[in-house]
Amino acid sequence: MVCEMETDQTEEMDIEVLSSMWPEDVGTQADNNQFNVEKPAGDSDTLKEVDIAEKRTMADLKRLPELMNTTDQGTSQLTNLVKQWEYMQDHAVKLLREELKILTKQREEAEAKELKIIEEHNFESQEPENVPVLDDTSHLFRRFKHKKRDALIGSKRVEIDEEFDTVAYWKQKALSLEKMLEASTERERRLIEKLNESLKTMESHSAPVEELTQNLKRAEGFLHFILQNAPIVMGHQDKDLRYLFIYNKFPTLREQDILGKTDVEIFHGGGVKESEDFKREVLEKGKASKREITFETELFGSKTFLIYVEPVYNKAREKIGINYMGMEVTDQVRKREKMAKLREDNAVRKAMESELNKTIHITEETMRAKQMLATMSHEIRSPLSGVVGMAEILSTTKLDKEQRQLLTVMMSSGDLVLQLINDILDLSKVESGVMRLEATKFRPREVVKHVLQTAAASLKKDLTLEGNITDEVPIEVVGDVLRIRQILTNLISNAIKFTHEGKVGIKLKVISEPSFASGMELNADAEEQNGLTETETSVWIRCDVYDTGIGIPGKFKNLKKNKTQAKLLDLLLLPEHVEPNQKVRFSVKSEKALPCLFKKYMQASADHARKYGGTGLGLAICKQLVELMGGQLTVTSQVNAGSTFTFILPYKVATSDDHSDDQDFSDMVDHHQPEPDDTTEGYFQFKPLLGSIYSNGGPVIGNNNFLPHKVMLTSPLKLINGFVADPSNNTGQSETTQVENNGYIDETCSGPCPSKETESCSSSQASSEGGALEMESELTVSSRREDETTETSKQPKILLVEDNKINIMVAKSMMKQLGYTFDIANNGVEAINAIKDSSYDLVLMDVCMPVLDGLKATRLIRSYEESGKWDAAIEAGVDIKISENEQACVHSTNRLPIIAMTANTLAESSEECYANGMESFISKPVTLQKLKECLRQYLH
Amino acid sequence: MQRQVALIKQSLFDQGYLDEQFIELEELQDDANPNFVEEVATLYFKDSARLISNIEQALERGSFDFNRLDNYMHQFKGSSTSIGASKVKTECTMFREYCRVGNAEGCLRTFKQLKKEHATLRKKLEQYFQASK
Repeated sequence: MVCEMETDQTEEMDIEVLSSMWPEDVGTQADNNQFNVEKPAGDSDTLKEVDIAEKRTMADLKRLPELMNTTDQGTSQLTNLVKQWEYMQDHAVKLLREELKILTKQREEAEAKELKIIEEHNFESQEPENVPVLDDTSHLFRRFKHKKRDALIGSKRVEIDEEFDTVAYWKQKALSLEKMLEASTERERRLIEKLNESLKTMESHSAPVEELTQNLKRAEGFLHFILQNAPIVMGHQDKDLRYLFIYNKFPTLREQDILGKTDVEIFHGGGVKESEDFKREVLEKGKASKREITFETELFGSKTFLIYVEPVYNKAREKIGINYMGMEVTDQVRKREKMAKLREDNAVRKAMESELNKTIHITEETMRAKQMLATMSHEIRSPLSGVVGMAEILSTTKLDKEQRQLLTVMMSSGDLVLQLINDILDLSKVESGVMRLEATKFRPREVVKHVLQTAAASLKKDLTLEGNITDEVPIEVVGDVLRIRQILTNLISNAIKFTHEGKVGIKLKVISEPSFASGMELNADAEEQNGLTETETSVWIRCDVYDTGIGIPGKFKNLKKNKTQAKLLDLLLLPEHVEPNQKVRFSVKSEKALPCLFKKYMQASADHARKYGGTGLGLAICKQLVELMGGQLTVTSQVNAGSTFTFILPYKVATSDDHSDDQDFSDMVDHHQPEPDDTTEGYFQFKPLLGSIYSNGGPVIGNNNFLPHKVMLTSPLKLINGFVADPSNNTGQSETTQVENNGYIDETCSGPCPSKETESCSSSQASSEGGALEMESELTVSSRREDETTETSKQPKILLVEDNKINIMVAKSMMKQLGYTFDIANNGVEAINAIKDSSYDLVLMDVCMPVLDGLKATRLIRSYEESGKWDAAIEAGVDIKISENEQACVHSTNRLPIIAMTANTLAESSEECYANGMESFISKPVTLQKLKECLRQYLH
Repeated sequence: MQRQVALIKQSLFDQGYLDEQFIELEELQDDANPNFVEEVATLYFKDSARLISNIEQALERGSFDFNRLDNYMHQFKGSSTSIGASKVKTECTMFREYCRVGNAEGCLRTFKQLKKEHATLRKKLEQYFQASK
């Protein structure tokens, strides 16, 4: 029995472990329970008396039991307990039954034995002699015998039978039998006692309330044991989110502070509302979920809780509230956040590092490119100088008119390239800080005049070019005239480019020292070092280059940095900007986008780049030069009304008597009119279709010091020869005399001293005058050549630009088969020269070439076409939007088809070919078929 | 004889030394240009020998000027593409790839392989032209 009790207890232990699990496990438990006998469930109502509330727990005792009864969770716990109890009862019953069985069995056995003994006795009575010695029989035998005798007590038959022997014998025997009977009776009594005892035990076990209470206590003790120190809050709230139960509430809160209240009523501060909303959300959705909420309450400060909320249903599957459990994870969250921050910092640092590396790489790349460019340019310059020089020498020999014209074109082209190369070298010089400024005496009026002359020479629009120099501007100043001229030329060509009608002009006036120039002494020192240390005073001159063009919009559209653009190709120093149709007045100071104008390779938009051409170096160079000289370059612009580029520069005023050693273009003036030559007026006109018309502002009348100055350049169509030489008129607005010439005007009919001009122009290779002349002539020649090409158009002229000998050889053979011949250029520069000097119907252009690659070459060619400098040279498609209607003398520039030959590598994508102005492309290796198709398409 | 020439040629194609561009060249060959292919090939080998020595010099210099190497290799590749020297072209492409990422070791290795392919092709083509005479 003791042993049985033990088993009972172990069973209980098992059950206890199981019962401490969450209700979800009830099912499993039930399955495992082999004694799960269906019995009417224990009276749940009795559970009402169970006191769950302990010290750390608060519960609404009225509502909770109700809750327990109405919800699955509640009942499952009770069911569990009941089941457990039932199980134990079953077990006990079973054990008792077993015991009973054993006892019954024993009794049966005993009875059987008794019968046997009786039989023996009967036999004994018949044959008493055979009675064995009783002592020898087993105790059991005797016992049974007694038992039998007990049972047959009062029966005299045995006793009588026993009188068979002596009386003493029988007496003895009777006594012993009696003893046995007593023993048997005693045993029987003990058994009954035991039975009663176990019945009692059973009774004690069967008190369910006590049992369940115990279990519950154990379960709760267990929970309590685990949860005692856990940073966990648990609770149940009804569907109005009022607390019905809470475990481990905040110590200072009393029962009445919590029960029946909502979070919002209990706490104040951050997170409370959120948690309330979250609970409500769970309640509405009916889906358990977790969330991390940081509370910021007066009560317990800033703490983050991981909150688990699940909806609670009653048996009718209606929502009646929520269970919620919160675990404080403040430290973890803090750690996690710290980690995240570290990780973020790390990532940022890494990104910055890579960015930096990239920048470094780009810078290195740029430096290398610049270096390369500079070297390259330098390399080109030498042989080119040779060519130009020889051409000049040739020009001094006896030539007929046509030859001279050709030669002039040649020289002008050479000069142009030289100029470009010089620009590039300048730019890299300025950028690397090795640019040195020259300090030479020069005459501002002269400079303005020559710049305008030059511009007028290539002018193809109905534009008035004017120069206006106020009296105060000294006749001679000291500065780097070459650079200043460069800036002016650049700005003027810009202005012309973006002006379709109206006027373009230069205005010079003396201003007081600007505020930005406080630290400019340095520069002055530098200039002094360069010589010319006569005692001059410094003067600030403001130069406005204004136009009535399309203006610059406030905002660039698709502002694009054109890195891929040819650095080499700043030939024309054309700037790029301008987006018409906006009417905003702005100045550079207030407008953020405008300074971009001065950045290198900046294009207003891809459209504009294509329409107006240019590489974006022009203004950058200007700005750098101006700043180098201690000045400032700014721009104001009004869309559709025009732009004004203004640069302010300090100069030293030279004494007027030492002009004799002047160089450059001022010398040519000196040649003929040494003394009173300050004001000169030139009127330039030309008629491209008829040939070169070159007229120069004539002799120069003027006063020695300050003079109004006006250079009037009028449209080529009207062929105006005008003189403005009015020394007496100091207002700056002079009368213009216009002489119309409707015919071809030769050099001879231009200025009063033409021969000298011609001379000077041919001898000074880089002079403006020379350039102007050459430009004019070139136009003439080009137009003439147009006629030629129309005559000989049977055989199309093709130019192959390719550096690879093998490719050339192959292409040649293919072309021959197709019945074409072609010229060969080995690189972009050669191609440009070839195109400039000759007219082609088609260009096959390799993309990747030394010196100047195909893309850049194409861009350059396009920009020539668009800016019109070489317009008449090419015949083919139709383009040119600049020359619109206002160009009365229609001189259409045509688009030369340029076909790229690409190796289809990354660097030579077809998109890039198109973007750079190519018509189409053939992928390499070139096959006969591809070539044939291409030629058929572009050569009709 | 004719068959042998055809066989040599076929094997050149089969082994991947040449591609269809070579046929393109052969088609350009006519009575006016009877030795066109050979001439082109000769020019190619002359030119490429120069390039190889250039590249060799550049490589020997130790400091890798990838830009320069890439430029050389571009020319080399262009020529190789034009005559249809498929294997050499592949090596050129690889070499340029290595130049782009600045892998000196890869360049050296590829260049070695390139020279090998180049020499092999030269030998094979010489054989071929010899046989076709």
